[in-house]
Amino acid sequence: MFLVVFFLLPALIMVVASLRYPGEFGGLAPLVSTRPGEEAGLTLESYRVFFSDWVYFEIFAKSFGVAVLTTLVCLLMAYPVAALIARSPKRYRDMMVLLVVLPFASNFLVRVYAWMIMLGPFELLFSRFAVICGMVYVHLPFMILPLYTNLEKHDPALLDAAQDLGANAWQRFWRVTFPLSLPGVFSGSALVFIPVLGMFAIPEILGGKDDWIVGNMIKESFLGTRDWPFGSMLSLMLTLAVLAVAAAASWLAGRRMSRA
Amino acid sequence: MALLEIRNVTRRFGPLTAVDDVSLAVEAGEFFTLLGPSGCGKTTLLRMIAGFDLPDAGEILLEGADMADTPPEKRPIHTVFQSYALFPHMTVAQNIAFPLRMAGNAPEQISAKVRDALALVHLEAKGQQYPHELSGGQKQRVALARSLVSRPRVLLLDEPLGALDAKLREEMQIELIDMQREVGITFVFVTHSQNEALALSSRIAVMNAGRVEQLDEPSRLYGFPRNRFVADFIGKINLFNGEIVAVDGERVRLRVAGLGEIEARGAAGLRPGTPATLALRPEQVRLAAIGAALDLPNRHPGKVRDFLYIGDVTTYVIDLQNGQRMQALLPNSSPGRAKFFEVGDAVTAAWPAEAGVVLTE
Repeated sequence: MFLVVFFLLPALIMVVASLRYPGEFGGLAPLVSTRPGEEAGLTLESYRVFFSDWVYFEIFAKSFGVAVLTTLVCLLMAYPVAALIARSPKRYRDMMVLLVVLPFASNFLVRVYAWMIMLGPFELLFSRFAVICGMVYVHLPFMILPLYTNLEKHDPALLDAAQDLGANAWQRFWRVTFPLSLPGVFSGSALVFIPVLGMFAIPEILGGKDDWIVGNMIKESFLGTRDWPFGSMLSLMLTLAVLAVAAAASWLAGRRMSRA
Repeated sequence: MALLEIRNVTRRFGPLTAVDDVSLAVEAGEFFTLLGPSGCGKTTLLRMIAGFDLPDAGEILLEGADMADTPPEKRPIHTVFQSYALFPHMTVAQNIAFPLRMAGNAPEQISAKVRDALALVHLEAKGQQYPHELSGGQKQRVALARSLVSRPRVLLLDEPLGALDAKLREEMQIELIDMQREVGITFVFVTHSQNEALALSSRIAVMNAGRVEQLDEPSRLYGFPRNRFVADFIGKINLFNGEIVAVDGERVRLRVAGLGEIEARGAAGLRPGTPATLALRPEQVRLAAIGAALDLPNRHPGKVRDFLYIGDVTTYVIDLQNGQRMQALLPNSSPGRAKFFEVGDAVTAAWPAEAGVVLTE
């Protein structure tokens, strides 16, 4: 029921919207023509435009590149932090988690503008680098928290056992800690990867014109060119692409398990 | 030279001295047990032998070499943890292969050794299962196989049977002894269960408050406890406080208030006039109806207060004339003899001179 109301229904509305004509002043054209010469009914026009130009594919590819890079950087930065919190004495842990989520207490846009002030003097503004910085900064807590939740549950006796049986620090990490933390790695990655794809504010504020990603295109379709059907089609494509990635990831994870 | 030697080892945690100047030597091939109540320092000592903790003073030597600078992963000493600590993301076979892989064995060698280890613990069919699919006893065996597969010089076992139910524990005890004989590896076993310690060990160190109270073979510990703590901790025992009145070699006469003089044996060198405790095992005490002829030097009248019928034996609780209570254990060796005496019966409790041990500590 929850899924129907909050996922399936909006998705269906999107599917229908993507198949309609844009209205004269934005919005959607009516399904039945009321005036002569007016475009009405259903059409595949948006899809035709999308598939007839490589530029959309390139923007999708670039968006995925940004998302993958952001996810990887977040993972590398979050892992030590999560491990540190998980191994700290219990009474400090809540405080440290609070510090991780503290940035949420101030407005998101204000924090992104703060990065403008920081990156500006170094002439790093309006670049891919600035976009990645902003993306990583905003999404880092979403990686730290699931990782911490996972690492905290690890039985310290397992590391003792591994060491006792001859594993050095490096082997203890790769053979015990990391494989056991994979569920946390997966959920953290999903929580970073998916929002990054839809993000438009950070590329708009910190990036240059070349740093547009799917999110910007969707936003522009609705608020700029006022072509709702095209925007709906883009969102739908994005949803399908994310689902494809998720399916591939779970298939890979499943294969890993059966091989292990 | 002993295989494993602990020399004057002390470990403090803040104001608490967990291990206090302990020295002991474990010989190759022994089944050595550290026995004591919780908090006596036995687990701390075990962790120092494994290398997870370092002594504040003293040294730990393996085959004569000081282990202070050798981290746990380099020590040829493996531990079976109380919680088993099996790797949940690995199959049984991968768990057992872990130490072999860490040591860089060749794959063919590893699979052969894993097969042998699985056979040793009778789990040939379980190699491809995950730990969560196993019962407690099976997990225990996997943990043992994993620790034994790379043939450590010493195997440390930290209360490994604590999580098993009574029947399974007994089966595992027998298997442990068999296994230890089969692999010939020195076992250092930590437990708070005196039954387990007596049943398994070739020698036992009884620990209390960070110190070794007595180190001996099981039968010596049981029969000749050195002090009150050991006497009380190992098995059931009756203790009577009194004063030594006469000493003749190992024969000692002790005066206990309300009971008169009791003949017992004691260590050489005891002096008359010192306060002492008589320790007497319940199974050494005979009970007889008042007036029955008993050719024993120590005879004391009393009354049956209670009895506990356990099956193989019955434990009688006797109120003696001085108000003290004592226990007597009578075997039920022929059927229908469950009750020799009823509650309230007047009886004579008697025991031979060599049954009681005089303790001064």
